[in-house]
Amino acid sequence: MNGEQVFEDTLAKDQRVEPRDWMPDGYRKTMIRQIAQHAHSEIIGMQPEGAWITRAPTLRRKAILLAKVQDEAGHGLYLYSAAETLGADRGDLTRRLIEGRQKYSSIFNYPTLTFADVGVIGWLVDGAAICNQVPLCRSSFGPYARAMIRICKEESFHQRQGYELLMTMMSGTAAQRAMVQDATDRWWWPSLMMFGPPDAESPNSAQSMAWKIKRHSNDELRQRFVDMSVPQAEALGVTLPDPALRWNADRGHHDFGEIDWAEFKKVIAGSGPMNQERLAHRRRADEDGAWVREAAAAHAAKRSGAQR
Amino acid sequence: MSDEIKHEWPLFEVFVRAKRGLNHVHVGSLRAADHEMALHHARDLYTRRNEGVSIWVVRSDDVVSSGPGDKDAFFAPSGDKAYRHPTYYAIPDSVPHI
Amino acid sequence: MSFDDAYDALTDHDDDTRWAYGTGFADPLAGVPTAVPDGVDPADLVAYSLMLGDDALVMSHRLQQWVTRAPELEDEMAIANIGLDLLGQARLLLSRAGEVEGAGRGEDALAYLRDPAGFRNVRLAELAAEDFAHLVAHLLVFATWRLALLDRLSASRDPVLAAIGAKGVKEVTYHREYAAGWVVRLGDGTEVSHARMRAAAEAIEPLAGELFAPHEIELRLAAAGVAVDPATLRPEFDDVLTQVHQLATLPPPPARDAVTTSGASGRDGIHGPELAEILAEMQELARAIPGGAW
Repeated sequence: MNGEQVFEDTLAKDQRVEPRDWMPDGYRKTMIRQIAQHAHSEIIGMQPEGAWITRAPTLRRKAILLAKVQDEAGHGLYLYSAAETLGADRGDLTRRLIEGRQKYSSIFNYPTLTFADVGVIGWLVDGAAICNQVPLCRSSFGPYARAMIRICKEESFHQRQGYELLMTMMSGTAAQRAMVQDATDRWWWPSLMMFGPPDAESPNSAQSMAWKIKRHSNDELRQRFVDMSVPQAEALGVTLPDPALRWNADRGHHDFGEIDWAEFKKVIAGSGPMNQERLAHRRRADEDGAWVREAAAAHAAKRSGAQR
Repeated sequence: MSDEIKHEWPLFEVFVRAKRGLNHVHVGSLRAADHEMALHHARDLYTRRNEGVSIWVVRSDDVVSSGPGDKDAFFAPSGDKAYRHPTYYAIPDSVPHI
Repeated sequence: MSFDDAYDALTDHDDDTRWAYGTGFADPLAGVPTAVPDGVDPADLVAYSLMLGDDALVMSHRLQQWVTRAPELEDEMAIANIGLDLLGQARLLLSRAGEVEGAGRGEDALAYLRDPAGFRNVRLAELAAEDFAHLVAHLLVFATWRLALLDRLSASRDPVLAAIGAKGVKEVTYHREYAAGWVVRLGDGTEVSHARMRAAAEAIEPLAGELFAPHEIELRLAAAGVAVDPATLRPEFDDVLTQVHQLATLPPPPARDAVTTSGASGRDGIHGPELAEILAEMQELARAIPGGAW
C-alpha cells in the first residue's frame, strides 16, 4: 500500500494517524490549525479567571482557582506539544496568535465582572468545552487524541469546582444569588456559541468529519449541552435566559431560542468587548519575556561550548 | 518573515514512570533552554497530580526513530513468528497456573 | 470510555483521586497532636505561626500576580506551583494560629479581616517585582532563607510546626532550585540579562538584613525548642547566595553588618506601603460581602 492507502485504511479501521505517517497536506494543515487554535484558547483563557486569583474571597477558592488557571497553561502546553509533532513550531504559533493571524475561542473575549463569573465559567464554559472535547479523545490524530484524554480528565475538576462554587454562593446572601443569576445571564448565550456556527453554515465540518478529526456536528453537540445544562440550572436555582427554552417530547430534546450569530461573527472578527486587551496582554508577556528566553538560550550555549 | 520564527529554546521529549515496576512512557514534549530546565518543567507540567516517580527528558532532535516507510522491514519479519507468543501453545484448561 | 454522554465518559475510570482537585491527598497534619507544648505561652505560638504564615501568604500573592505574565508557558506552571505551595503553607500556619488562639478565627478571618498592622510578615515578602530578574532575585533570597528555617523547624517541639516544617522543606527545596537556576541563567546569559540580574540582586539586598534579626517572640520560643532563631540561618544563607552569585558571574552579596532593624520590623506589624496595596487587592471582595458564602 502507498502512503495514501495506508492513511485511508487507518481511518477506515478507526485507528490513529501518527506524526510520521503519510498524511494529506490538507489534513496536516487542518490539524495544525485546529490544535493551535485550541492551544491558544487555553492560554488566552487563563486571563479572564486569572484576574480573580489575587482577589479570591477565601484561601480555599484561591488555591482552587490558581490550580485551575495553572491547568489551563498545562493544557495549552499539551496541545502545542501535539501541534509540534506535525512540524509546527511553538514560537511561530505564538507569533501567529499575537499578530491576530490565528484565532482562539471567542468566549474569552467577554469580561469577568464578578466572582460568580469564575463559577459560571467552570459550569457552562468548561461544561461546553467538555462536550466539545470528549469526542476529540477519539480524534484520528494520535497526539491530539492523547492530549485530549488528559485534558478532559482535568476539565472535570474545572467544571465541578465551578458548579460547587455556584451552589455555595446560592446558599449565601441575596446579593450573591443575584451575582450568580447575572453571571448565568451573561455567559449562557456565549457558551452556546462555543460549538461554532450551525451545521448548514459550517463549511469545513464535512471534511473534518470524513477525516475523523471531528466526530459530531456542531448542532448535535450544542443540543447535547443544552439538554445537560437544563437540569443543572434547575438544581442550582437559576433561570437560563431563554424564554423559548422548553422540553420537546416529540424530539426528546429541549427546544431553544435563536442564537445571535451577528454577535458571534462580530466577536470572532475582533470587536468583542475584550479582544484587544486579551491579545495585548499576551503580546506583552511574550515581548517582556524575550530577553529572558534569549538569556537562557545564551547561557545554555555557553555551557555546552565549555563542556566540549 | 513571521514564517521563519523559531522558538528560542529546543524541544525536549518527556518520559514518565508512573510507579515503580512500570516502564517510562512518553507523555509529550516541552521547550527548555537546557536539560535541567527541561526536567524542572517536566515535573511541573506532566507530574503535578502525582503522576510519576521518575522522569526522563531527551532532546527531540536526538531521538532516532524508525520511519513509517521502514515498517515492513522493521516489523513484518516478526509477524509470522507466532511461536513467540504464549497463546500459540494449546494447554488444557485443567492445567493450573500456566 | 463511553462517548454517548460527555459526563459519563469522565467518570469512567478508577483513579479519581488523581484527577480530582483536593481529594486523595494526605492531610499533612493527620494524627499530629495539637496540644500546645509545655512551657510555651500560647500567645507566642499564635504570633509565631502568624509570622511564618504571613510570610508565605504575602509572597504567594506576589507570585499570583505573575500568573499570565511569565516569560514562557513552562514558567507559568512553575510560578503557579510555587505560589500554590506557599499558599498551602500559609493555610496550615494561619489555621494553627487560629486554633491555638481559640477565638474562633480560622484561616480566612486571619487572612481577610486583619489590617496591615496586624500582619507579621517580613517586609521582604512584600516587594513587587518589576521584571523577571527581580522576581527570581526575590524568590532566591526568600526561598533560601525559608528553606533553612523550615529545615530547622521540622525538629520543633511543637508537633504541628514540625510537621509543617517537614512538608515545607520538600516544597521550598524546589523553589530555591528554580530561583537559583534562573539567577544563574540571567546572570551568565547576555549583557542585557546580566545587567538586569545584577540590578535586581542589588535592589533586594537592603531588605535581606531583616530576615536574620530575631524578634523577642522568636527568641523566647527558640529557647523553648519550638521556634528557630533566625540569626542562626545566616551561615547557610550566605553560603548558598555566594555560590549562586559566583555561578551567575555576579558580585558576591555584600558582607552585611550586624543587622539593625531601627525599630521598623515587619514582625512588629511595621510595613511598607506595598502591604497595604496587597491587602487592598486580596481582601476587597471578601470584605465587600460580609457573611458571604464562598
